[in-house]
Amino acid sequence: MTRKSNALMETAPDPMITQPVGVRRIIWENDDTFTLTLDLGAFGENFHFLPGQFNMVYVYGIGEAAISISSDPARGHTLDHTIHRVGLVTTALAQKKRGDVIGIRGPYGSSWPLDVARGKDVCIASGGIGLAPLRPILYNIMKKREDFGRVILLYGGRSPLDLLYRVELEKWANDFRVEVLVTVDRGDSSWKGHIGVVTSLFQYIKLDARATVAYVCGPEIMMKYTIDELERRGLPQTQIYLSMERNMKCAVGFCGHCQMGPTFICKEGPVYPLPRVRPLLDKKEL
Amino acid sequence: MEKEDLSELLQQHPFLAGLAHEHMQVLVGCASNVRFEEGTVIMREGQMANKFYLIRSGRVALEMQVTGKDDLRIQTVGPGETLGWSWLISPYRWHFTGVSVLETRALALDGECLRKKCETDSEFGYAMLKRLSQVMERRIEATRLQLLDVYGMQQTGVSQ
Repeated sequence: MTRKSNALMETAPDPMITQPVGVRRIIWENDDTFTLTLDLGAFGENFHFLPGQFNMVYVYGIGEAAISISSDPARGHTLDHTIHRVGLVTTALAQKKRGDVIGIRGPYGSSWPLDVARGKDVCIASGGIGLAPLRPILYNIMKKREDFGRVILLYGGRSPLDLLYRVELEKWANDFRVEVLVTVDRGDSSWKGHIGVVTSLFQYIKLDARATVAYVCGPEIMMKYTIDELERRGLPQTQIYLSMERNMKCAVGFCGHCQMGPTFICKEGPVYPLPRVRPLLDKKEL
Repeated sequence: MEKEDLSELLQQHPFLAGLAHEHMQVLVGCASNVRFEEGTVIMREGQMANKFYLIRSGRVALEMQVTGKDDLRIQTVGPGETLGWSWLISPYRWHFTGVSVLETRALALDGECLRKKCETDSEFGYAMLKRLSQVMERRIEATRLQLLDVYGMQQTGVSQ
């Protein structure tokens, strides 16, 4: 082995090794979803992520889960993950307290391409916890707001109490630089907002099909109907991006758990231009 | 309100986009301009459905009565949308209660007047039915999605 390849072996980080990080706080967004803020410590010096990327979050002795990063990419030393409590790992994460140590490795995967939207309108369509991986892109857009045309955020949730980031949603809704439309599937008489699926919000906005880039994230069926709406309004597939979701294990394209047709979502995704995955969306077995 | 003004308002509503001039004139004879304060019950479940509303601004919630519980709010309609199609379908009774959740302005078309025009002028009737069918198709699609409870099934941000 040459001296050069020896040096490489010494410096290249093992992609399967986690970094210990501290839990700073947990904020419950609704009954079963919480945002975990992590202190990266010295590890934060070299940790940089792009909107749409994810980390493997490890609870020692229990296991790992792939979770989107939902914080501001410019915020150093701390990191947010918004997590739905559904399984062993996420339930264990939900029980963590300030000062507890967990492991992370990442960031992994592709990101929302923002350069393609410069000078254009941006339509962010999200459903449920799908808003989490889109929140970083909104932070980035707001920092360079003048680089973009209209910015529209469409967000659908199950009920008013299930909506994520309610304080921020309110803040964005009151910011004239963003058009925010929120809808819920079920409401009561105290809810004066929209009731109906997220696709119903499209009738309240006018999209300039040639000059709009759309970023879509949510349950797959919601994304399918959202894509239908965008196409009905004339948006070319090349201007639509979506984030796919499958069961991820290794996050580096070794194990094949997240394979969807010809692609490994952990490595080539989770963010894809629509033409790349459009034919796969209708395949039941995938 | 002058007929000319009503005609202009009708022409501006997306539901009637592209409707022939002579058909628009038929509608003017059945139309009136209405405004509802926030909290107004515009229609009540079970009562005679004698109006068809074209919403211009504001928001109306559709509610269903559920025995022993508060009314269930199942959908809202807003600017550019229509409210109520029971005026067209026997026995002409509202299936939902409609409450304005914001101050709402609308064009109200008299249901009986519309029905008579549809019966006597099949071309006009077909034009109306085509538009209403599109609305119904979209609403059914949306209802199916709502029934799926997609956020209840949702697992993760990426995979958890």
